[in-house]
Amino acid sequence: MARSGVAILMAVMATPAFAQAAAQPAKIDAADTAWMISATGLVLMMSIPGLALFYCGMVRKKNVLATMAQTLAAVALGSILWMAIGYSLAFTGEGPAIGTFERVFLSGMGMNAISPLAKTIPESVFMLYQMTFAVITVALVAGSVADRMRFSAYLWFVAGWLLLVYVPIAHWVWGGGFLGTAGVLDFAGGTVVHLNAGIGGLVACYLLGARRGYGTDNLAPYDLSLAVIGTGLLWVGWFGFNGGSALGANSRAGFAVVATHLAACSGVLTWMLLEWWDRGKPSVLGMISGAVAGLGTITPASGFVLPWHGIVIGIVAGTICYWACTRLKNKCRYDDSLDVFGVHGIGGATGTILAGVFAVAAVGDTSGLIEGNARQVLIQLYGVAAVLAWSGIVTFVLLKVIGFFVPLRVREEDERIGLDVSLHGESLQ
Amino acid sequence: MKLVIAIIKPFKLDDVRDALNALGVHGMTVTEVKGYGRQKGHTEIYRGAEYAVNFLPKVKIEVGIEDGIEDKVVAAIGASAKTGQIGDGKIFVQDLDRAVRIRTGETDNEAL
Repeated sequence: MARSGVAILMAVMATPAFAQAAAQPAKIDAADTAWMISATGLVLMMSIPGLALFYCGMVRKKNVLATMAQTLAAVALGSILWMAIGYSLAFTGEGPAIGTFERVFLSGMGMNAISPLAKTIPESVFMLYQMTFAVITVALVAGSVADRMRFSAYLWFVAGWLLLVYVPIAHWVWGGGFLGTAGVLDFAGGTVVHLNAGIGGLVACYLLGARRGYGTDNLAPYDLSLAVIGTGLLWVGWFGFNGGSALGANSRAGFAVVATHLAACSGVLTWMLLEWWDRGKPSVLGMISGAVAGLGTITPASGFVLPWHGIVIGIVAGTICYWACTRLKNKCRYDDSLDVFGVHGIGGATGTILAGVFAVAAVGDTSGLIEGNARQVLIQLYGVAAVLAWSGIVTFVLLKVIGFFVPLRVREEDERIGLDVSLHGESLQ
Repeated sequence: MKLVIAIIKPFKLDDVRDALNALGVHGMTVTEVKGYGRQKGHTEIYRGAEYAVNFLPKVKIEVGIEDGIEDKVVAAIGASAKTGQIGDGKIFVQDLDRAVRIRTGETDNEAL
């Protein structure tokens, strides 16, 4: 009896972290459920109004409402599509590439149904939690093409990108697909959410072209105080994003939120000090960018590392994302308007690799470089490469196809007048 | 009658208002405007993107005055709005053909 117990324990220790749930019985736990419903609310708050405010504060006044509309539409349309087909294809079955149709329109999901991927909470809550991740990812991409994308084209993009880019990647990493089984560590979405959105945004901003007046006109933000408020909502909501990825009310969630918060703080300070040294003044935009950089970069590592690693990762995030948003962007001359690639893309990739460096077996059952397992870094690179390739190629093809039917960009005079008036018939007074 | 238009630094508005009230000129119209003369603007930087801000916030005061006190009004505005730094502003004086108080129908000097 004892020997088979040890054998089971060793088998559990050897498998990737997400599969450790296989050893537990499936039974709804009240504490886990309470936390996951709360975490779901926190992550939804990150989209509305978190991201909506964060983005709209940084665009020009004439485009504020249109920018918020993009986030609203991503949530509304994305949620329905997720419920209809996205969840099923991402989180059912055991296929390496994609899931099954067994949960289309949530069929068969009774009130007490439980997913094998989250054994102590109702499947409805698991589905909803994952939904909030899906919709914020697609809403993030819009930041790269702020101020110039046609709303109709954007809606088609939301539908197509969610189903063709996000769903497969989510399945590969979290839903039982080939990246998860290969041992790629991604606790809360460094690849699935941040790198994915960053690459999607980079491709989109190249295809749509720069804003008119980019490099010559004054494109200064409308109201950075809105962006600061949005950052606060994102920061607090991230406790649900990373803490909830433990899928339970447990100590691992505790370690994850501590690492998360510390990464945000060190991200702020790093960007602030860098900019102070580089430009002579520490800007508020820089501080909030540092916070989001830290948060995005710790995301894949948060449930695998020690809390103090969050400080190190936040410092790396603040440094590399500062470089990406100032030096790299100006050198390559792409108009990634709200730095989705510079912050989320670069941050997500960096954090995913750092998860392979700092992973500690006592936290997430996998050792990284610091515990002698250098191979984990290679596995992480493999994950980054796979997501980068799929996101880049499919985003490109999707936008080309949409653009064949509907112009991706607004007309020149509409861009000059402003999207609020030209796309939505409204304006801030 | 004359219409006196003064472009001044915003923080000087209360001083100018007090100076005009002391002369018996009550009532004025104030607009927030932007402008520049010899005062240079500044540069703002947003995450690697630099923008030159050339237009500075100013306040425009318009006040209708009776004939005869034009010199006193211009002197009062000039003295109360002055800081000695570049960017203090300008005063323009135009002829005013007619003035009407809407509530009572009084015209010209009675309307001012």
